[in-house]
Amino acid sequence: MKRLTKLADLNRMANTLRKDVIEMLTEAGSGHSAGPLDLADIATALYFNVMKIDPKQRDDPDRDRLYVSCGHTAPIWYATLARAGFFPVEELKTLRKLGTRLQGHMDRLTVPGVESSSASLGQGLSISCGSAYAGQMDKKNYQTYCILSDGEHDEGSVWEAIQFAGHYHLQHLTAIIDRNNIQIDGPTEEVMTKEPLRDKYEAFGWHMIDVDGHNIEAVIDACNEAKAIVEKPVVINAHTIPGKGVDFMEYDFRWHGAPPGKVDTERGPAKSKQSAEALKQLRTLGGKIDNGDL
Amino acid sequence: MLNNSAKLKRNTLSKDVDIVATRDGYGMGLVELGEQRENVVVLCGDLTESTRSAGFREAYPDRFIQMGVAEQNMANVAVGLALNGKIPFVSTYAVFTPGRNWDQIRISGCYNNANVKYAGAHTGISVGPDGATHQAMEDIALTRVLPRMTVLVPCDVEETRKITHAAAAIVGPVYFRFARAGSPAFTSAKTPFKVGKAVVFRDGDEVAIIAAGPIVHSALLAADRLIEQGVSARVINNPSIKPLDEKTIEQAARECGAVVTCEEHQVMGGMGSAVAEFLAVTYPVPMEFIGMHNSFGESGEPAELLKKYKMDAEAIAAAVKKVIKRK
Repeated sequence: MKRLTKLADLNRMANTLRKDVIEMLTEAGSGHSAGPLDLADIATALYFNVMKIDPKQRDDPDRDRLYVSCGHTAPIWYATLARAGFFPVEELKTLRKLGTRLQGHMDRLTVPGVESSSASLGQGLSISCGSAYAGQMDKKNYQTYCILSDGEHDEGSVWEAIQFAGHYHLQHLTAIIDRNNIQIDGPTEEVMTKEPLRDKYEAFGWHMIDVDGHNIEAVIDACNEAKAIVEKPVVINAHTIPGKGVDFMEYDFRWHGAPPGKVDTERGPAKSKQSAEALKQLRTLGGKIDNGDL
Repeated sequence: MLNNSAKLKRNTLSKDVDIVATRDGYGMGLVELGEQRENVVVLCGDLTESTRSAGFREAYPDRFIQMGVAEQNMANVAVGLALNGKIPFVSTYAVFTPGRNWDQIRISGCYNNANVKYAGAHTGISVGPDGATHQAMEDIALTRVLPRMTVLVPCDVEETRKITHAAAAIVGPVYFRFARAGSPAFTSAKTPFKVGKAVVFRDGDEVAIIAAGPIVHSALLAADRLIEQGVSARVINNPSIKPLDEKTIEQAARECGAVVTCEEHQVMGGMGSAVAEFLAVTYPVPMEFIGMHNSFGESGEPAELLKKYKMDAEAIAAAVKKVIKRK
């Protein structure tokens, strides 16, 4: 697998993943838009730069591991794994269809590159703790990454895992929070207060790094910083814009669990034109991001 | 009479049969496994002595993980360990595993097909004085509905030891339960045990008593008394609830024409239900179910509770007479 080292290439890949997500969701007719779109930059940083991973050696005991706790963000991870060479890109359009390997939520047994099945929130950090603990027992240096949504911090089991990782000083564990401030029923702080996340994590013995989740260079830096901190587990609080890249989806919690074409929105086109408009914006970046040759 | 090929101890039906808690078999099995398999890891939720994980902790401290009272996290740390080559044994009371962390077991354990072993302690009414809160009577139902799960229930300390080994040998999620109270140690190292096999412990042809757990011994006592009253009861030890030994069970139904199932568990969804579901579509015969009938337990000594809730030899004998009348 080719590691991308130029920022322009990384940004281009993130944009490709976003287009994949829109096309997959449009084809499927159901699924989540906001989270997958806002995770594109983080997914790109991890799979195309940070992580030691090779689709040809999926069982390499020294590979880095990534566990996605918020399984509803499956489309972005499917797109990432396909673009990284774990399975054919053409297969993406089978998302959520009868007989597909690409289930609505991720299934480890069917999708190459998926480290653990997930969907029910609040479970992935514990699995990641087990992975990091196993690495410590075996004196391995692989890094275990866990992608968490901010909404799932409502689950008590997440705090059990945070407590465990702090207690056992799991130094090779990096949690990344998709802090997009929305969950299904509305803004996170209205549904159930999450803050102060930094104080909470630090009280449990973690080190927190805040980062702009759309600045790929900053995400890569944060991941490298996390590896350099050896006495504690590290959580990267990645601040993201839900629906990032598609103007009429950004910041709107109604897109948490809906695909293009399924939400009446004042800011965007009619339902029947939402998918085409989203793709157009992603092709042109809506004039918002200067990516030179993109 | 007792089936010779079952190799039960000679004093099985005497008053001097040894009384040992099945949980001790778990403790022994773990220590033996620690020696045999370096990837066996034991997790315990602040119940190291009472789940009998303490021996393993002493022998292999580097492979013992204290999890604190956080059973949801424990279930999934085990999954993370299993996905990375370990064979984790999750040890706590069955009211917590699978009681509290069933969602973790369903999605991360079974849907993932993770190689996790869930050991449920303090099962059945014989938990005794701690009362209803600690008497797991629902765990078999909760686990046997899960695809990919193997469910095993040992009848005494030696079989618990064997099942601990068998769980480690299976690739995939396994639930097995054991009990707090002492119970007759009547099987021997030579008594056959195999996942997917039920074993005839006593021959008979008028009724088949199919039992799982320490109550198997009560079934043998009941059969012994019944023969004096002219009733020939076959007693089958049925530790493998999932997969079920369909051949032995169908043969028993065909040859005996009536079945009584016995377990320290809710009748709904338990081992008896598994037998009934199978016989209903293969060879239906009159059945009676010994177990908990839709109620919670209470505090008391194990023998008092088994008598009150009709899970002792006397109740089994009465159920046999009742079912025979329906033939």
